[in-house]
Amino acid sequence: MMANDGDRNRHQLSPEETRRRVNAGLRRRYRSEQLFRFYGICSVSLGVVFLLVLFGTIIGNGYSAFQQSFVRLDIHFDAELVDPDGARDPEVLSAADYSLLVKSALREIVPEAGSRAERRELNGLVSAGAVFELRETVMADARILGQTRSMWLPLASEMDLWIKARSAGESGEDVGGRISANQRAWLERLQADDRIELQFNKAFFSNGDSREPELAGVWGATKGSFFMLLVTLLLSFPLGVAAAIYLEEFARRSWWVDVVEVNINNLAAVPSIVFGLLGLAVFINFFGLPRSAPLVGGLVLTLMTLPVVIIASRAAIKAVPPSVREAALGIGASQMQMVFHHVLPLALPGMLTGAIIGMARALGESAPLLMIGMVAFIVDVPSGPMSPSTALPVQIYLWADSPERAFVERTSAAIMVLLAFLLVMNATAVWLRSRFERRW
Amino acid sequence: MKQAPKALILLVSGALAATLPVAAWSQSARSYISIVGSSTVYPFATVVAEQFGGTGKFKTPKVESTGSGGGIKLFCSGVGVQYPDIANSSRAIKPAELKDCAAHGVKDVVEVKIGYDGIVLAESVAAPGLNPGLREIYLALAKQVPDPAGKQVLVANPYKTWKDVNPKLPATVIEVLGPPPTSGTRDAFVELAMEGGCKSFPWIKAIKDQDEARFKQVCHTIREDGRFIEAGENDNLIVQKLKANPRAVGIFGYSFLDENTDSVKGSAIDGVAPTFENIASGKYPVSRPLFFYAKKAHIGSIPGLKEYLQEFTSQKAMGEEGYLADRGLVPLPAAEYKAVAGQVKQLLTMPIPR
Repeated sequence: MMANDGDRNRHQLSPEETRRRVNAGLRRRYRSEQLFRFYGICSVSLGVVFLLVLFGTIIGNGYSAFQQSFVRLDIHFDAELVDPDGARDPEVLSAADYSLLVKSALREIVPEAGSRAERRELNGLVSAGAVFELRETVMADARILGQTRSMWLPLASEMDLWIKARSAGESGEDVGGRISANQRAWLERLQADDRIELQFNKAFFSNGDSREPELAGVWGATKGSFFMLLVTLLLSFPLGVAAAIYLEEFARRSWWVDVVEVNINNLAAVPSIVFGLLGLAVFINFFGLPRSAPLVGGLVLTLMTLPVVIIASRAAIKAVPPSVREAALGIGASQMQMVFHHVLPLALPGMLTGAIIGMARALGESAPLLMIGMVAFIVDVPSGPMSPSTALPVQIYLWADSPERAFVERTSAAIMVLLAFLLVMNATAVWLRSRFERRW
Repeated sequence: MKQAPKALILLVSGALAATLPVAAWSQSARSYISIVGSSTVYPFATVVAEQFGGTGKFKTPKVESTGSGGGIKLFCSGVGVQYPDIANSSRAIKPAELKDCAAHGVKDVVEVKIGYDGIVLAESVAAPGLNPGLREIYLALAKQVPDPAGKQVLVANPYKTWKDVNPKLPATVIEVLGPPPTSGTRDAFVELAMEGGCKSFPWIKAIKDQDEARFKQVCHTIREDGRFIEAGENDNLIVQKLKANPRAVGIFGYSFLDENTDSVKGSAIDGVAPTFENIASGKYPVSRPLFFYAKKAHIGSIPGLKEYLQEFTSQKAMGEEGYLADRGLVPLPAAEYKAVAGQVKQLLTMPIPR
């Protein structure tokens, strides 16, 4: 009754009175609107600032990892040292001590390093991985024995950090006490002779893990993540979509459906380490699958993403207007034809969005992988979903925990690779969605 | 609109194809060595693994960082390709663990002591230098300490600055960054440094004989009033925090000190600086031995296992001038090294406790 009285009073106001009242409140209304917009801009720009700071530090720390210093050495492939019998037996060639070749090449350039300690310092200039490169060269073509060839070999990581600091215009004092005065002098001389060059760090993109920072790469971890996500996508998307369609379109409402629904929603909130424990108990201990395999990782992550996919897919199906269903049924389509010919194509973009959110979460997950043995040092790049491997977030964690100084920049570089991986994945999803998108 | 179901069928069949290898994989041979265990030994085991794989004869072993306890548990769960061949550990295996091993059929365990790890108290190079004794470390960090007035009772830790603990120490606020209780480094620090300082009070030492649990509670409990800050398992993080805050003191492994000598310095404890020589000779009070355990039954079925043991115990890896020493492992004294290398050659197994 009171409201009605109020309404009647308002209707009885004269036009002048109305204008006066509106004008009186106008400024306040404009102000509050402006204030609201201001708050919005503030929160957006705060977010952007945080993002810029985050990206700034990651890129600032990590961009230098994409380059690596190399030294040009004239390696004499001494047949006497590598293959004393001259039989060119692959076994002998593989077992030979190639570090001797590097050492003698270094001694030619720096002949004054006489004492044992000085020679140790001298040999420390070049990466321990140079040996692998020489072995590969000889194994690929044994005719090189007896010849001298000028080769670019990676410098050890401490030297690399110093060279980079110097080329960035710093004194290089802050790279630590790991590099001696002698080594500094020699590096300067090598630089003056144009024997040192910063090159693109190919090893970072083609190698697996290594304890020598200059040899460590993300390719092994990237491939591991790829196999894992492939398994996750192939299992969680079809299963999740099928479950969502059944629950939305076919299942009759009953207490049983309610129980399933509540459990799916609960599963989406379970901490991921629990799925890792489950994976350890079921896939490894019961089914006897190998530890550290991306297949097991993919299975565990499937369990984790499945609820997300189901929930998103159900929401997408619900958003399809009922008129579409009624029209299809009205012209004689069966329930299944209605779902597969009309509802599913319309709901697919929303389902893809859900799947991609789930996959993005799975990509960044490392806790459940600890339980199934994927937090491991693995040098060999995995060849398939059954071979041992790690994943990108695990690789980042392992490097962040390494004492060697050069891993700091590589950790940031690996984060950039992870972000790029994520970006490619999301871009694919956006492209797929725009292809399937239908408007009505 | 017909493509949608086709795409779905394709995906489902793809999913089925992906699960097929599951059936194919069962009890097949493993061609690489599987290593699990301590995160403290991990940096050393991985270097050996890489060197070993680099020769090209065998595949590079897989090294998991699971923690000592978790690693030994996995190691002890059975004999066969699905179980690890080697467990790294930052402490000696316990008799209970050996019994558990034997109960699962792992009766022939070869113990290899690889060297020592020093736990250091470090601070920024810009700091004045804090050189406490074990007793002062205990007094500064324990939750309960003996009454400063001299009575033989325990009171909640009243000390705020190092100077309060001992007038000879600088007047900086006690602020120590250390590992969380899940870490082996923390265990070792508590057992060696805290207990060492605790025992310097005769009446507390007397508790040990009467009530072991009470003694541990008194000596091993670290204060929780914010002066000891748990900084996570990441030692690099502690180093960075020390750099930013010259008043703070950090606790971590010797190899991290060795890598960061430009930004942090180690505190001498009871007058002994944490140097390579002092840890090797046993003078430095807070150091612990590191081990790994190998399964003899796997030699022969896992290619390269014996060769890996030889590589690890070779002079060029574990010796005084070996590559592990370059990474911060403090090597065994010559006589002890000889004994260990001999044991590994014979593959001497450990006796099972009753």
